[in-house]
Amino acid sequence: MKFAIQVNEGPYQHQASDSAYHFTKAALEKGHECFRVFFYHDGVLNGTRLTTPPQDDRNIVKNWIELAEKYDLDLVVCVAAAQRRGIVDEGEAERNGKDATNIAPRFRISGLGQLVEAAIQCDKLVVFGD
Amino acid sequence: MSDKKKFMFLNRRAPYGTIYAWESLEVVLIAAAFEQDVSLAFVDDGVFQLVTGQDTTGIGMKNFSPTYKTLGDYEVRHMYVDKASLEARGLSADDLVVVPWEDWETEETVDNIVEVVDSDKLAELMEESDVVFSF
Amino acid sequence: MSDLHTVNKSPFEKGSLDTCLRLSKDGSSILLYEDGVYAALAGTSASDKVTGALATKKVYVLEPDFKARGLKAERLIEGVEMVDYAGFVDLVDACDKVQAWV
Repeated sequence: MKFAIQVNEGPYQHQASDSAYHFTKAALEKGHECFRVFFYHDGVLNGTRLTTPPQDDRNIVKNWIELAEKYDLDLVVCVAAAQRRGIVDEGEAERNGKDATNIAPRFRISGLGQLVEAAIQCDKLVVFGD
Repeated sequence: MSDKKKFMFLNRRAPYGTIYAWESLEVVLIAAAFEQDVSLAFVDDGVFQLVTGQDTTGIGMKNFSPTYKTLGDYEVRHMYVDKASLEARGLSADDLVVVPWEDWETEETVDNIVEVVDSDKLAELMEESDVVFSF
Repeated sequence: MSDLHTVNKSPFEKGSLDTCLRLSKDGSSILLYEDGVYAALAGTSASDKVTGALATKKVYVLEPDFKARGLKAERLIEGVEMVDYAGFVDLVDACDKVQAWV
């Protein structure tokens, strides 16, 4: 099965990102192909490298990064939603005159077309939200 | 290129209280470029998105309701409204925006692609679609 | 094949389960996860929703979410099946597509 994941909520506020992570991990461990994980709405907040969660709790951003590293996952943060919420990479900083970037490693910022493309290319789209 | 997929955009939230309604519309606008078979479903509070006469000047937010009227230009052929949701909220089709559609090649026109449907019909339409986007 | 409908909100908090049950066809599967697992408890004012659905649909509950919330298997509505994340993946694999009722 080739699947695409959509994550609509930010880390910690809702369980969506955790559920998406556990589902994606289980699917990859079973040998399925994950075409893309697309972060939309507040989901883009999963793409910041600046979180400092408590030591005794899971590190959601780190979980996604490690999963991406192990399985070469495509983690995409929607550019329009990212602009609204202040998730910035080098290109966005330059284009929009920002003095800093905060995108986490292994995440990339791109357009909504990436979600639509994933929905076309994949067998299944699984959406995690609130 | 493979055959067109039937996309269904499921809208269940009211406008302005949260951003889901607007950001869902942004996906629909982008999807036009991909030439798929796009339909929208308005269920639960999603039906409020189509109510006419929205005036957001007092809350300082962008009024995005005019965008719905243009969806006919964005490859959207059907906007289904859940009858039960509409009635539970004291609304009728008369309260909703009218969205015209025209096929530029064949010149076929439809006066209004907003269609009120009952539960059985909507369940059928949702099942017939290939991909459901939820926001 | 049929669709898998996912419900992640409590039936006491939101009407998502109600809408899902109304707009899902007979023969489809429902997965309750996150706060949606509360709908799988017997002896609540919402229990009839799932009990009724079981007549024509399959209902599953995500065990890790069920256990996380301190819920006991003895209180699971009869006929509801527990699955883990691997089982969730299998349900997605087996269905035509997923409809998410958030």
